[in-house]
Amino acid sequence: MGFLSALLNSLPGAVAQGLVWGIMAIGVYITFRILDVADLTVDGSIATGGAVVVMLIRGGCNVWLALLCAFLAGMLAGMVTGLFHTLCGIPAILSGILTQLSLYSINLRILGAANQAISVDKYDLLVSQRFVRMLDGSNPLVLLVIISVVVIAILYWFFGTELGSALRATGSNENMARAQGINTNFTKVLGLMLSNGMVAVAGGLLAQYQGFADVKMGQGAIVIGLAAVIIGEVIFGRIFRNFALKLLSVSLGAVIYYMVIQIVLRLGLNTDDLKLLTAVVVAIFLAVPYWKQKYFHGKSRTNAVRAEIGGSKNA
Amino acid sequence: MLEIKGIWKTFNAGTVNEKVALKGVSLTLKDGEFVTVIGGNGAGKSTLMNAVAGVYPVDQGSIIIDGVDVTGLPEYKRAPYIGRVFQDPMMGTAATMQIEENMALAARRGQGRGLRSGITKAERERYREMLAALGLGLEDRMTSKVGLLSGGQRQALTLLMATLRKPKLLLLDEHTAALDPKTAAKVLETTETIIQRDQLTTLMITHNMRDAIAHGTRLIMMYEGRVAIDISGEEKKKLTVEGLLEMFSKVSGSTEADDKLLLS
Repeated sequence: MGFLSALLNSLPGAVAQGLVWGIMAIGVYITFRILDVADLTVDGSIATGGAVVVMLIRGGCNVWLALLCAFLAGMLAGMVTGLFHTLCGIPAILSGILTQLSLYSINLRILGAANQAISVDKYDLLVSQRFVRMLDGSNPLVLLVIISVVVIAILYWFFGTELGSALRATGSNENMARAQGINTNFTKVLGLMLSNGMVAVAGGLLAQYQGFADVKMGQGAIVIGLAAVIIGEVIFGRIFRNFALKLLSVSLGAVIYYMVIQIVLRLGLNTDDLKLLTAVVVAIFLAVPYWKQKYFHGKSRTNAVRAEIGGSKNA
Repeated sequence: MLEIKGIWKTFNAGTVNEKVALKGVSLTLKDGEFVTVIGGNGAGKSTLMNAVAGVYPVDQGSIIIDGVDVTGLPEYKRAPYIGRVFQDPMMGTAATMQIEENMALAARRGQGRGLRSGITKAERERYREMLAALGLGLEDRMTSKVGLLSGGQRQALTLLMATLRKPKLLLLDEHTAALDPKTAAKVLETTETIIQRDQLTTLMITHNMRDAIAHGTRLIMMYEGRVAIDISGEEKKKLTVEGLLEMFSKVSGSTEADDKLLLS
């Protein structure tokens, strides 16, 4: 009974964390699924977003304006990665790593220390962990749900425009995109900017939610983002066909991820082992589709043939 | 319409794999001319086409399309002038996007892409009619992902997309080579219909000598990076496979190349 009530107690927090990371994961979805690029910049840009928001709010800036600045800072980080990749010809994954590394120094510069606190007592924050079990408007879940919905709506609109379609075409078939007159270097940079802008916004929300920004808060963020994308696809992939619903499934994937984490922690998993577990789970889910195609495709076909010939029951 | 002046292209210059693919090719296409291009492997046909499309820069020479010097322009900036269909059916379409989305992308070839809707209702109606004219039943599958289509369907769609906005120049790079004979014939027939209808200036590479003779108003054969044979008008109409092979033997100074050419 103690276990169950403790678990129930921790669920609102898990959902809130999941929603924040869901926004980050939607950013990862843009690069990983739409642009077909694994962008590691996000580990740095999420902390940049957090740092920018915390320092601006501490300096007396409006919270929304601080979030907008975080978005712009994230876009700038994405642009650097994009230019490394397109202008300098550096492989995308390495470009991201380079930006991520340089952001560590930049984030330290912004924060002026390894971490900076921002108390909800002193500042008017949008979301805070403290109110996550409140049953009124101060509960961060309300605003997080609204922000998630708005983000999904804006992206749904954007990817339906000419420019958004050009971005999707770039990820789907670069040759075709260029043959249609799309400057694929531009669309790639734009996609990376959009993605990192969103990741930075998520970082800004995360810093408010947890009450501090830390230069290491983005460590392994890409893996969590991928976990959310993959969990969303595995669970909702068959029923969610519409683009907006696909984005929603990423957000839900992040929520489920944090709920599962809470459960395994309550079951006695050591917090230190969490990153290992996450990495293993993501690796398995990334490998399964590949294995399926490589080892089971032929088999299922022979089964189908057998079924045609012999009417076998188990095919 | 197309003026190619003395273009040279060397791959892997300065290495053991150095290959001079184009050796000063010059070629002028008049408005509405339909040129078929044949030649063995490594003769420079695809290199010529890719050089015109801007896939890679040339070392020397110039390329002028409809009076505009495009030699220094990147691929995407040449797109307003050029419609292309590739050999690989996978290459000309975006597999993860819908049929109508692919067409909408092609309809905006070479135009600015802003925040207007990616596809309008009026466009859908137009595309439906165009697809219906292909006779492949694609008009009822407009929201299907292109990845679900067969190779022949994809090539027919790519052809439609390449000519959706009338191009100054249509480039067909062995676009039926990856298809089975029956589908290839159908796609070629569609190609002929569209070229005739829109009076398109066309450059079509083919491996099939019979196709090269049967189609187009002019035929060129490439050999070792040069245009070896150039036939048009009445002479082209009277051309036979045997006659063409004989001509080629004279040009290349050997008869051994015959089999290679036919088989390749």
